[in-house]
Amino acid sequence: MAKVIMTADDSASVRQMVTFTLKQGGYDVVEAVDGKDALQKLSSTKVDMLITDLNMPNLDGIGLIKGARALPSCKFIPIVMLTTESQDSKKQEGKAAGATGWIVKPFKPEQLMAVVKKVLG
Amino acid sequence: MIDQHRQAFKEEAYELLAELETSLLELEERPDDIDLIGRVFRAMHTIKGSGSMFGFDDIAAFTHEVETIFDMVRNGKLQVTARLVNLTLAARDQIRAMLDAADEVGEGADLEESGKIISGLRELAGFLPTAAAAPAVATAAKKPENLVTYRIRFVPSRDIFITGTNPLTLLQELKELGTCSVVAQTGAFPCLEEMDPEACYVFWDLILTTNQGENAIRDVFIFVEDDCELKIEQVAEHSQFDEPQDYKKLGMILLERGDITAEEMDEVLAQQRKFGELALSKGILDEGKLQSALVEQRHVKEVRQEKQATEAASSIRVPAERLDLLVNLVGEMVTVQARLSQTAAQRADAELLAIAEEVERLTAELRDSALNIRMLPIGSTFSKFKRLVRDLSVELGKQIDMTTEGAETELDKTVIEKLNDPLVHLIRNSIDHGIELPEARVEAGKPANGTVHLAAVHSGDSVVITIEDDGAGLDKEAIRSKAIEKGIIAATAELSEKELFGLIFAPGFSTAKKISSVSGRGVGMDVVKRAIEALRGSIDISSVRGKGTTIAVKIPLTLAIIESLRVQIGADSFMLPLALVDECVELTREDVARSHGRNLARVRAQMIPYIPLREHFRIQGDPPEIQQIVITQVNGVRVGFVVDQVIGEHQTVIKSLGRAYRDVDGISGATILGDGSVALILDVPQLLQSVEEKQP
Repeated sequence: MAKVIMTADDSASVRQMVTFTLKQGGYDVVEAVDGKDALQKLSSTKVDMLITDLNMPNLDGIGLIKGARALPSCKFIPIVMLTTESQDSKKQEGKAAGATGWIVKPFKPEQLMAVVKKVLG
Repeated sequence: MIDQHRQAFKEEAYELLAELETSLLELEERPDDIDLIGRVFRAMHTIKGSGSMFGFDDIAAFTHEVETIFDMVRNGKLQVTARLVNLTLAARDQIRAMLDAADEVGEGADLEESGKIISGLRELAGFLPTAAAAPAVATAAKKPENLVTYRIRFVPSRDIFITGTNPLTLLQELKELGTCSVVAQTGAFPCLEEMDPEACYVFWDLILTTNQGENAIRDVFIFVEDDCELKIEQVAEHSQFDEPQDYKKLGMILLERGDITAEEMDEVLAQQRKFGELALSKGILDEGKLQSALVEQRHVKEVRQEKQATEAASSIRVPAERLDLLVNLVGEMVTVQARLSQTAAQRADAELLAIAEEVERLTAELRDSALNIRMLPIGSTFSKFKRLVRDLSVELGKQIDMTTEGAETELDKTVIEKLNDPLVHLIRNSIDHGIELPEARVEAGKPANGTVHLAAVHSGDSVVITIEDDGAGLDKEAIRSKAIEKGIIAATAELSEKELFGLIFAPGFSTAKKISSVSGRGVGMDVVKRAIEALRGSIDISSVRGKGTTIAVKIPLTLAIIESLRVQIGADSFMLPLALVDECVELTREDVARSHGRNLARVRAQMIPYIPLREHFRIQGDPPEIQQIVITQVNGVRVGFVVDQVIGEHQTVIKSLGRAYRDVDGISGATILGDGSVALILDVPQLLQSVEEKQP
């Protein structure tokens, strides 16, 4: 069965690109429009990995990571955050909250796949 | 980038810009509203990030400047002023213009306007940041060519699992970089009741031999670098030069790794037992660390051995003349040795005989190894043919794949050189006459791509090279009618398949309906046949109509020395290549009388034609009462040669005949016998041909 990856991003175009890339890579994708939406979906859907943006309305990436790690089903899944060069402090914050790794924006589809493969095996 | 994605980005960007406008206008009313500042920043940030991801680099670069300013506002370093709002609104309009412009080819947004806005913003911020945020293109670090062995100790933090990291995927990634040995260190495991099932107590020692360089290794650990203990040390570089076979002593490795101290090592060394055992029993080392060091020792040794094995195949270049000289000298020596053996036998001196035997044994070895030096794999010739096939298929509009087999088969250098032309011709024939055009092939139910298979294989003291195609095969009827038309065979002649195929080797024979640029230029298969025979080889054709043709060329391994059968006629000695000799039978005067002058002998119910060599070479004197027939076989045809006496097998060093004798039919060379006399080497295929031609 294909592994399920959630992409949480308030930018529809980024979600679209991530979803498209992951589906091509043979993964199933669940989309969430912000941290709150993601956390809601996580409590009812089992995912194998989470890719989240940091700047999101309602609940930001850091909050989402903290919330997800508190869920038993998400305790050990890889969580990758999308950051930009300028967000180095955020990166540390994210890691402290339990993020596995990061992808620096802008990124190319193959870079995304490489990271997914790296953390998901 | 897929257009659909660009379109999605644009739609989204327009929405964001609308939101940005509202937020900015609200911000003018409430300049201290942190939420509003956050919204502006986020909108800019998303436009920038997505923009560059979808190829809108100009928008990304421009937006970056605005975002930088708002980051300062967000951090309280800059106040929201009317001027800031004005400039940002102008920037928003500018982004919109750039988005609109992205659809129109050539026409871009007003760059001057962008510049004005940016310098206005910078002025406001009171600083001039260094150039735009164009993401620095990391210059790819040059990877070392050499294999390097690294010792890696990866000690993950205890709580690595709660960041969702699976150390095993990292190890897996490392393994993909090269040859990797992994030792899991489990020495830190607590007893069961103290164990936290969510903690990681294991660490890993890895020995990795890779040509990817240290950065590639660091990249693997990029996400965990900060919260794990990672030690990467280079332990060995495998350079071009030979390395001592022995790797570091176990104690040294452990000391380098910091697993024991120098004092501990000295203490253990003071006692003369195996280091590992001792260190273990002393309790200064646990089993896992010892294992790990042992693995390193073994790993490096293996990598070195592997490398040396490949380097052992290295060679030195020697001019061909030197080798030829060596082979000539060995040839002389073989001749002298024959004399020595002969003399010793005559003297009946036991001591001399013993010496002669010893010399004979050594000479044989010397001869074999000297000849071996000239052996080369036929592979380089094969690869040249690949090009030929490629060029020809393009020229003829055919689709042809070439496969090879046995490229490592070795042949004497001179033989390989002389084989080149005949092989080129045979391959050309296969492609030109054999393999059909793609349409014809598909029609015949075959794949459009034809195949020419070139194979070389050892067979006794010969090499058999086969050229196999899956083309149309030989057309027996066409060959037959052509042969009749050319007067090569009688209209009524009944020929076996083999004989029929053999006809294509007749001079001037060609089945090509028209002359193409590739073949049919008068250089026929007869030339190929002669070239192969000059190498004392033979050629054999088999073909199935519609399925393809196989041509097998059998060539002796070397041209310098051959095993031959020495025969005597009167006072003269002759040599027959042993490879061609089938058997020897007697021929009595009665046998000759019974055949009524037809030169046919009955050998086990088979009639075999023979050539009386005494007559052929017009040697004076009478044949003995009982003569011998040496029966040879060339291309499946058995023909006998009548001689006075068969002396025996002989190592023959071939000497070419002088210029004056080059065209003598039936003689391919000469050799010097043990008593110093000269024996002629018979050219069996040519003799057969000359006799055939004489026959009505």
